[in-house]
Amino acid sequence: MKQFRGEALSWHLKDGIVELALHREPCNELGSQSLAELEIFVSALEDLERGARALIVYSELKSGFCAGADLRELYQRSRELDRAEALGGVRDFLERIHRVLNRIDAAPLTTIAAVHGVTFGGGLELALVCDLIIADKMARFCFPELRLGLIPGFGGIPRLKRDLGNSVVRDLLLTGRSFNAAKAHQVGLISQMVAEGEALRAARSTAKQLGKFDHHTAVTAKRFIKPIPHEELRREIDIFCELFSRPAVEAGLKKFVESTDTQPYLP
Amino acid sequence: MPNNDQTLDEILTLAAAHFRVPREKLSADDDFFKALGIDSLQTLDLLTRLEHHFHVELPDYELQGVTDFRTLAGKIQARL
Repeated sequence: MKQFRGEALSWHLKDGIVELALHREPCNELGSQSLAELEIFVSALEDLERGARALIVYSELKSGFCAGADLRELYQRSRELDRAEALGGVRDFLERIHRVLNRIDAAPLTTIAAVHGVTFGGGLELALVCDLIIADKMARFCFPELRLGLIPGFGGIPRLKRDLGNSVVRDLLLTGRSFNAAKAHQVGLISQMVAEGEALRAARSTAKQLGKFDHHTAVTAKRFIKPIPHEELRREIDIFCELFSRPAVEAGLKKFVESTDTQPYLP
Repeated sequence: MPNNDQTLDEILTLAAAHFRVPREKLSADDDFFKALGIDSLQTLDLLTRLEHHFHVELPDYELQGVTDFRTLAGKIQARL
């Protein structure tokens, strides 16, 4: 399947570049529909890879790249099920999204996240599976999970540890504060910071440059430099599920979903 | 380094220009959510623009409960 347009995302292959675009309002929250379509994308990836050298992931929405997991869906589903069923559903969701993200992480393509605006929680975790993150200057990055009594569950901590120093991981994780793109560039989270609205153009330009290199060499270099931290990713799922079973999480989700706070995105 | 009044004036000017509100309709003690008609995502946008403009880092937890321009200016001034 060379192109696809779903409810949450779309993709197409053109001139050796796969572009995966997120377009689920309000800010590409990752729920069951997004996951199902990401699974379709991953199943099509092997075919796409035959004609591609690079993958660009970006958002078509003005609000930002991705605000993370769909907490409203998570809360509603948790309320409809007993605790054991809810926990089983969460583990299943995590196992599935880890399979998807691990596949993109290891894809024999150079992968670029072109981000702007809100890049929070699961959105940051999606960006972190890519080899390069190119951000416009209005992007903001955050792991707000602790305010819900959780840790990031889509591979964020192991991948951030792989890519950056532990002090940056602790700052993002333990304070729950958000960074702007200048700070993200300073700590090495992003590889390029560009003007507002220019991230996708810069990503396309970078992808075009990558196409000049020998593909086998590029893939070999990527495998050497970017191992998948499988053991820590497994451990992350276990810790997330341990924490999810605590009453504090339901209270945190309820508070977020029912919040009339004018600043619900501010940890 | 700008003083508190200058910082406040720059915030009001920047917010008015970006959110297309007449500058003369904004005052220091206004609730900026109401005065600018902004939601939480737009608040993050404002925060990012202010950080770039003043070349400061402003942790978002410091903005918890901050709703008026004058207090916001004080938070920024403390990091200049």
